[in-house]
Amino acid sequence: MSAKTRPMTSVSALLKAAVIAVATFAVTAPALAAGPAHTPHREDWSWSGPFGHFDRGQLQRGFKVYREVCASCHGIKLVAFRNLMEDGGPEFSEGQIRLLASEYQVQDGPDESGEMFDRPGRLSDRFPSPFPNEQAARAAQGGAYPPDLSLIAKARTYTRGFWLSLLDLVTQYQEHGADYLHAVLVGYGQPVPADAHAQPGLHYNPYFPGGWIAMPNPLSDGQVEYTDGTPATVDQYSRDVTAFLAWTAEPHLEARKQLGFVVFIFLFVFAGLLYFTKKKVWSNVAH
Amino acid sequence: MSGHSTFDPKNPALKWFEARLPILGLAHSSFVAYPTPKNLNYWWTFGAILSMMLGVQIITGIVLVMHYTPHVDMAFNSVEHIMRDVNYGWLIRYMHANGASMFFIAVYVHIFRGVYYGSYKDPREVLWILGVVIFLLMMATGFMGYVLPWGQMSLWGAIVITNLFSAIPFVGEAVTTWLWGGFAVDNPTLNRFFSLHYLLPFMIAGVVGLHVWALHVSGQNNPTGVEVKSSSDTVPFTPYATVKDAFGMVCFLIFFAWFLFYVPNYLGHADNYIPANPLSTPAHIVPEWYFLPFYAILRAIPDKLGGVIAMFAAIVVLFFLPWLDTSKVRSARYRPLYRQFFWVLLAVCLGLGYIGAMPPEGWYIVIGRLLTAYYFLHFLVILPLLGFIEKPLPLPASITEAVLAKNGAAKPAVGA
Repeated sequence: MSAKTRPMTSVSALLKAAVIAVATFAVTAPALAAGPAHTPHREDWSWSGPFGHFDRGQLQRGFKVYREVCASCHGIKLVAFRNLMEDGGPEFSEGQIRLLASEYQVQDGPDESGEMFDRPGRLSDRFPSPFPNEQAARAAQGGAYPPDLSLIAKARTYTRGFWLSLLDLVTQYQEHGADYLHAVLVGYGQPVPADAHAQPGLHYNPYFPGGWIAMPNPLSDGQVEYTDGTPATVDQYSRDVTAFLAWTAEPHLEARKQLGFVVFIFLFVFAGLLYFTKKKVWSNVAH
Repeated sequence: MSGHSTFDPKNPALKWFEARLPILGLAHSSFVAYPTPKNLNYWWTFGAILSMMLGVQIITGIVLVMHYTPHVDMAFNSVEHIMRDVNYGWLIRYMHANGASMFFIAVYVHIFRGVYYGSYKDPREVLWILGVVIFLLMMATGFMGYVLPWGQMSLWGAIVITNLFSAIPFVGEAVTTWLWGGFAVDNPTLNRFFSLHYLLPFMIAGVVGLHVWALHVSGQNNPTGVEVKSSSDTVPFTPYATVKDAFGMVCFLIFFAWFLFYVPNYLGHADNYIPANPLSTPAHIVPEWYFLPFYAILRAIPDKLGGVIAMFAAIVVLFFLPWLDTSKVRSARYRPLYRQFFWVLLAVCLGLGYIGAMPPEGWYIVIGRLLTAYYFLHFLVILPLLGFIEKPLPLPASITEAVLAKNGAAKPAVGA
């Protein structure tokens, strides 16, 4: 009898030790894994959470910041002009967007004589990129390549460690990319640490991986004119353009969350009905 | 009434058809009259959940293919076209991408349920082996599917995994070139992965058919691990199992919907929203979460060929599980030692998954090696010995007796 219980207790002890070891390790591990970059601050965005939706005014201001500041180097080639007037986005009027599109020159063709030609943009065109190709961009930017921003809010993230990541699943925290973009945009002008080696042509930004970014500080107070009374500050510009880029990365976000809520109600009711049906069906069987 | 198929259509047209092709009788005996143990718990609904997920993946996949372009210059943008321009394209694509993860979550639950209750033992060895074959096909399908959007992680994941084959002595390089259809992962690779990604789910469906067939020959295992002895141990599949499976499926759909509608990119990688670039290597190349334990085993061995062998051995060992487990008792309920080793194995597999997600440096390497060693130790040493060392608890004489004992002898079962 004692021969039987002894291995049992030792296995239990082993199991407990293993669980404690794994738990301790998982708690301390994120500290080991964290890179040199500062962790972005978690912001409060209007589109987070199950009922999140974009602020139309913010998206319209964000588009203005994009157009007047970012667009000289960064494209949004996956976005069509028509998207700016569709539901769930900035929802500009059709007239505004027709006018906007006509201000862009879009290459078309070939025409009857086989030549490519430029014409004013139409609603169905996508935004022309500022550079024809990566090589041209690098040549104009001293070797750096300004990435297309269509998906940037989903293509960037930062690590939060194992337990916080699990928590993000429950709290629906999905805005890591937006927090990162905002942190980088307002992260310029900080004192360079003594141990950081200044790199020629690069700018110090502790939120950018490695700390040195080719993009100079793009925003300054009062740079873009706001007509709706919103403060014309770097922080506000950054929030607005981040919101706009969150929308370009996920243009059907509002439709997704709205449909999700309807589906959840349906599934919960359906599950409830099935549960009671199951109870009834099994009520005459011991199981 | 439980027991054999007694499908006897009254309708003359059905009668005529049944005499020529008894497919309705087959369906009737498989999904209506089929006797199912009455003590199955909710872990047994994952078979139905997996069938549903296979259906979801095939249907959404067929719709996606209507809009997707398998070409290195267009694949990424065609996926974004689905996300932006196709009506409800975002829904179909997120359903497919998250559906793959849900499929794996369900299959891991299904596998560990089989491991806990000893469902692989005589007479269900072939049933189990077919299940491992399905798991392998799922892994191949999942891997190739992740390559199709042609983002950074698609490309670099494909490079890392296909490069494993170059470790094969003498013919490794030739095999890798043959797999790639060239000298690097490029358009021919994407095209063949697309072709195979479309083919394999139908092969899975075929093996699932065999899996269900084998199941219906041997009958289901149950939480006691005691074979069905009489008709009082079972209930007919319909309505009992049908309604229970339906409830399990809808609960699983609620779990699925959470990911689908609220955190659709949680299980993916941000890097895969960057178009594939062969000239720029991502900082950390990490496979999909469902491969992480195997990825950890691969990296635990300092030698490339050794790592590849260990990774494949981790799956191959599952084929031999019915013979490595020497105990005559199936269910862990009546195996006091095995039950504890089961939870240790589960913790080790989760730990391997965690290590697989971490960079291979420092303590991660040491712990990865220890966990890898334990994984093989469990199957190759502990399990065979346990059958001889362990003194199992007394088994109930029948399922009915176990049910009666659970419900208390004072309260006799009604019906049954």
